[in-house]
Amino acid sequence: MKKILVVCMALGALACQKKEPAVDADPVATDPTPTKVYSKDGVSVNSYDFKAFEPLLHKNNDTTYVVNFWATWCAPCIAELPHFEKLNRDYKDKKVKVILASLDFSKQVESNLLPFIKNKNLQSKVVHLGDPDANAWIEKVDSTWSGAIPATVIYNKTKRNFYEQSFTYEQLQQELAQFQ
Amino acid sequence: MKQLRILALAVVVAAASAFTLKTVNPGYKVGDIATDFRLKNVNDKMVSLKDYKDAKGFIVVFTCNHCPYAKAYEDRIIALDKKFSKLGYPVIAINPNNPAKQPEDAFDRMKTRAKEKKFTFPYLFDEGQRIYPQYGATKTPHVYILKKTAKGNQVQYIGAIDDNHEDEKAVKEKYVENAVNALLAGKDVPVKETKAIGCTIKV
Repeated sequence: MKKILVVCMALGALACQKKEPAVDADPVATDPTPTKVYSKDGVSVNSYDFKAFEPLLHKNNDTTYVVNFWATWCAPCIAELPHFEKLNRDYKDKKVKVILASLDFSKQVESNLLPFIKNKNLQSKVVHLGDPDANAWIEKVDSTWSGAIPATVIYNKTKRNFYEQSFTYEQLQQELAQFQ
Repeated sequence: MKQLRILALAVVVAAASAFTLKTVNPGYKVGDIATDFRLKNVNDKMVSLKDYKDAKGFIVVFTCNHCPYAKAYEDRIIALDKKFSKLGYPVIAINPNNPAKQPEDAFDRMKTRAKEKKFTFPYLFDEGQRIYPQYGATKTPHVYILKKTAKGNQVQYIGAIDDNHEDEKAVKEKYVENAVNALLAGKDVPVKETKAIGCTIKV
């Protein structure tokens, strides 16, 4: 039994060592396992409960993550979405990655979210956070968040900021500058 | 010259408010005395908390027409009023949004919605958006439970209606119901503050 444990630990350590460089090269590879995957017309999106989603807020590598909480029904979110798309495009080579965390109702993912991703041709990574018990997780995103969207977290391994506000592209660039 | 000075002043004020926006009055905390108001109801009559002589308190809900979260809770808000109004805790709904930003929340649309859904409670319009900032509401729906005391209407609970906006049948914690039941029983509210996702108030 003990031997197996040692072997497992050794394997685990090996796996970690092997994984480490890959984290930076392709952060997607270390994504948590989704609780559900929705697919339609060639578009698919991973859906998470908060426990499964949480690692996306705590990646520990050289990338700066811009995690925007939004929904297709949220007008100010849709208005600022192009800025996040542009940021993802313009900073692709600067180790910045945008994650669009949709808070659409689970029953509207197929009818609203998937068609939206397709029609707008969203290039940033979109995930669905489908965890209705928001009181249990809002404070884990940030203790100051009231729960209103849009809201955004920008973080890297040394710094983290939370914003309960809408952004212009210039404001996003300004905030991001603090992380580089 | 005078115009220039006014312009300069406006710029300074705008700049200052841009920086203080985040630290502006955070609103009420549990235990604070909430302001009364005089707001127009969908029947065109003005409503104040002081009009409710027999009430023991209030379930004040900042809500609106357009927000999917608010819509998801409409039936549950009606049920709360039906259950608790006769026990002394009526629902008072207030739409805090600026209709110039969200036409669906205009006063005439509020009237239509109230009629369609047969609201049993007043649905008030926060004209000029003066009331919601005092409460510190940030989104719809956002609930404040008030208890009448000698000092005034004291805040007893702030937050969500329950723990599942999507599926009423899957609700485990009915925060508002539990709070009012506790108050009616003369007990302390068990969960005094909760958070929920909601639509930002449109200013």
